[in-house]
Amino acid sequence: MSINAKDLCKDEFFYGHKACAGCGGSLAVRNALKVLGPNAVAVLPAGCMSAVGFNFPQLCFANNAIISTFAGTASMLTGIEAGFRRRGITDFTAVGFAGDGGTADIGIQALSGAIDRNDNIIYICYDNEAYMNTGIQKSGLTPFGAKTTTTPAGKNVHGNIRPKKNMFEIAAAHDIPYAATATVGYMNDFLEKVGKASQIKGTKYIHVIAPCPTGWGIPVSDTIDAAREIVDCGLWYLAEYENGEYNINHNPATFTSVSEYLKKQGRFRHLSDEDIAVIEKSRDKKWEKIRRSWNLK
Amino acid sequence: MARKFLSGDEAFAEGIRLAKPDVISAYPITPQTIVVERLSEMVENGSLDSEFIHVESEHSALSCAMGASASGVRAFTATSSQGLLYMAECLYYASGGRFPIVMMNANRSTALPWNIYGDQRDSLSQLDSGWIQAYAENAQEALDLALMSFRIAEHRDVSTPFMINLDGFILTHTYEEVNIPDRADADRFLEPYETENRLDLNEPKNMAFSAGPDYNYIFKYKEHQGMLGAVPVIKETEEKFAEIFGRKYTGLTDTYLTEDADYIIITLGTIAGLCRETADRLRAEGKKAGVVRIRYMRPFPADEIAEAVKNAKAVAVLEKDISFGNEGAVFTNVNSALLTAGVKIPSYNFIGGLGGRNISASDIEEIFEKTENGTEKVTFIGIGVDEK
Repeated sequence: MSINAKDLCKDEFFYGHKACAGCGGSLAVRNALKVLGPNAVAVLPAGCMSAVGFNFPQLCFANNAIISTFAGTASMLTGIEAGFRRRGITDFTAVGFAGDGGTADIGIQALSGAIDRNDNIIYICYDNEAYMNTGIQKSGLTPFGAKTTTTPAGKNVHGNIRPKKNMFEIAAAHDIPYAATATVGYMNDFLEKVGKASQIKGTKYIHVIAPCPTGWGIPVSDTIDAAREIVDCGLWYLAEYENGEYNINHNPATFTSVSEYLKKQGRFRHLSDEDIAVIEKSRDKKWEKIRRSWNLK
Repeated sequence: MARKFLSGDEAFAEGIRLAKPDVISAYPITPQTIVVERLSEMVENGSLDSEFIHVESEHSALSCAMGASASGVRAFTATSSQGLLYMAECLYYASGGRFPIVMMNANRSTALPWNIYGDQRDSLSQLDSGWIQAYAENAQEALDLALMSFRIAEHRDVSTPFMINLDGFILTHTYEEVNIPDRADADRFLEPYETENRLDLNEPKNMAFSAGPDYNYIFKYKEHQGMLGAVPVIKETEEKFAEIFGRKYTGLTDTYLTEDADYIIITLGTIAGLCRETADRLRAEGKKAGVVRIRYMRPFPADEIAEAVKNAKAVAVLEKDISFGNEGAVFTNVNSALLTAGVKIPSYNFIGGLGGRNISASDIEEIFEKTENGTEKVTFIGIGVDEK
């Protein structure tokens, strides 16, 4: 399924919300719904996108949409998918949009259950790497070194001391029919993956990097640049898991500077050269493994 | 109509089979498990056409049921004790969303200490969650409530989820002879679920939204009205039930010899049977004893209770619950009803059956005796001196 800006549906399904300027998450939701179309039935847990989109009587989804409990994105999707099927409806797509905390922390149990049942749903995690809606607290997907309001950067501890959970491979380890990583910085790649997921039966998981200028400490005009650079410098990768195989979609010949990527962001500004060396080392280790054992496309 | 020898759980499952939920999502917990085992068998053998979803937790069980209900179909789940507490967030969510889900709760003690036996501290802790709460006394009533609950919950004026409570083991695992209605009669009694409170591809909706202080207040008022709206709907449903199945129920309460009683025990669940038996024995000795069994804790039968006990000299509230540092929740509710209705008689609270401890006939006799002679506000019945 080839998707480009020209062919993208002109209708807006997520419009008039009050997300911050430069919000990567709202961009992911807006464009994914353009691919999935009017019969997408969206579930959003407590988090940024539900907070900015569902304030009665100002409700901003043009398609069917519902807020789930924080932990219940996947299980509510399961119920909706079963309910629509019971009503004899077949031309719909049950899709969840949950943040990094809603996915990797509080929602991981329900997500694992849905993948285990192989429910026919698409689960999209928009990853802005911290609990941004509540004011930038550390989540399980906050990267090593990042300063958040609960992992302050001081003399003794330089921000978050643990690396990101690997949600893509956690989803894949269930032998899910389809899982993918993406970034709003490479929008075509993300939207093609959404389109591809919509054609596959069973559970689909897409993990899309969606920068939050407020939480990352970058200008609101730099969302896309940051979302590209994270791939270009090798700290994120574009990959898919299907038919039991990992495929890497983009294998850079050289990486751009990790240090430059980090230093542009307020949340990493405190990092020492030693800290950055740790991050580069872990990147290299990951890529060594990817290049050794994944299919390079 | 068939007659079968069934446990409370099995009888309840028969009621759910007749109600034909579209989606059943459930997670196992003792002593609820037999309900979901029987329903799984019914789905397997084709006697029940439902989607049975094996969720990975109670939180997901109710979250999934809400998704199904939001799609406009009939949803059922079942739980107990820790499971009910684990899904507590979803209880409030379901009632706020006005999703008329039916849930069976096997009343069981709450940890710590761990204990799988019956008391009512699980469901009574959730009185404010916005669910209709009914308490069955026997397997037949459990089956009948399973069937009636959907009709009440799904009524337009109600649109409120419904929790049916069965005393753990004492009811869930005890066998009785039960009448099982015919499919045709059940279909005549309970029509398929129709609602506008659902997602719709032709008219897309945004559901389960946020509402600021002004609107939120209005939604909560409406939720209260929905719960109160259940009162006439319960009456009308029981009339229809009696017309089709011949079994009569008595609304929010079930009174026994209260008209001329001097001393009345107010209680709920299976223990009411022993209370009635004891009242009979005391009456044979010339003591005017009576019993009020609360069938519904929500909506609360304040007027019915006050009316039933207004001529008594004193009342006892016997419950398998304690709100530590105060009294049992049922006692608080009953006292409020009496005070509001101007019924000025002494009332005493008797706590028993916690963690499944037996309540004996002599315990009930002692309750009547203490109610007549006066006692402390809260008494843990049968607790030994060395246990204090």
